[in-house]
Amino acid sequence: MSDVKTSQKSVRQVEIEILRYNPDTDEKPYFQTYQVPCQEEWVILDAVNYIKDNLDRSLSYRWSCHMAVCGSCGMMVNGEPTLSCHAFVRDMPDKITIEPLENFPIARDLIVDMDGFVEKLSSVKPYINAAEEKTVEQGTYQQLPEQLQLYKQYTQCINCMLCYSACPQMALNDGFVGPAALALAHRYNLDSRDKGREVREDVVASNAGIWECSFVGACSEVCPKHVDPAAAIQQTKIAATGDYFKKFLMPWKNAQKGQAPEGGDQ
Amino acid sequence: MKLTNGNYVRPPARYSWWLRQGRYFRYMMRELSSLFVGIFSIIMICGLYQLSQGEAQFTAFTSSLWNNFWWLSVITFLFVTYHSYSWFIVTPKAMPLRFSGKKVAPWIIIGAHMILWLICSIFIWFIFTNGGAQ
Ligand code: SF4
Repeated sequence: MSDVKTSQKSVRQVEIEILRYNPDTDEKPYFQTYQVPCQEEWVILDAVNYIKDNLDRSLSYRWSCHMAVCGSCGMMVNGEPTLSCHAFVRDMPDKITIEPLENFPIARDLIVDMDGFVEKLSSVKPYINAAEEKTVEQGTYQQLPEQLQLYKQYTQCINCMLCYSACPQMALNDGFVGPAALALAHRYNLDSRDKGREVREDVVASNAGIWECSFVGACSEVCPKHVDPAAAIQQTKIAATGDYFKKFLMPWKNAQKGQAPEGGDQ
Repeated sequence: MKLTNGNYVRPPARYSWWLRQGRYFRYMMRELSSLFVGIFSIIMICGLYQLSQGEAQFTAFTSSLWNNFWWLSVITFLFVTYHSYSWFIVTPKAMPLRFSGKKVAPWIIIGAHMILWLICSIFIWFIFTNGGAQ
């Protein structure tokens, strides 16, 4: 990627300040400043790549696709959770501050520890829990285009974690299941082929799940793929509230359900 | 704070986080506005009680409220208006309406709420002012 040529006419000198941290030698993170000749068409990731290629080889960060698909280059850019391949330098001031995504432990420089995030994603059982397993001979689980449209938006998540960085609830309680995982649960709950809503409920409808969300809505504002996790969470809250009242109005249904999951889970 | 595996955890800004970004500030104002919705409800209940005691009592109550606490009325009005506005603009998130298989555009849902809000307000205003005139 270092073959990005610097053409004289469109170059702007930008001061980029990056939060550095080496777990082997540093007690605390510290800022390091670089002068970067940025081109008109560069995104933040190009500027960071320039630093890595030309100014400081020790700088560590994640990136892969450079086209807002892989979700790995999320960083705090001037305090805003940003996909660094998705934000032009020309829209930024002459001084840019880059930090690792907030609300995550820093592993090294701009690399954060995402183990907790991955655990949260898997805690909502993000796969189709079909009512009955089909054999290959029995064919596929079919779905109409209208049924797909109901949840398609929630399948667009690229696991960039920007929503976790933007969420102030996450900052105060890192046990919160969080926007992307709850949106993922909603995606499966809305899928006509899935029957696993009750299995997910222990995590999703818990205090650490949807009820930890106070609807700040920051997750949806920063999401680069317009997944709108805040919408998923509010809709799940409404569904869970409906379930709660149904328990009282239709007690005979509880008796039927009460036995099935326990027996099925063992 | 350094974890045993070498990862560094940045301490969160426990008390000042809501001043860092416009969206957090707007959220906190929405939460704060609930306090004024509470104040407004108490005033309403008192007003209804005074109304049940007769017109003279009610008029005395409203004029004493305005003469002594006009500033509270103004602040309450502003916050209650902001409260309604801030919730109406997020309604499409909780209300994903679909019409003949297509998602209804968020601005239609917000607009419908705003128009209904305006009609209700004008209606109540009309009853209130006309009721007083007769
Ligand atoms: S929901 Fe949006 S912001 Fe959150 S991880 Fe997925 S793509 Fe990123």
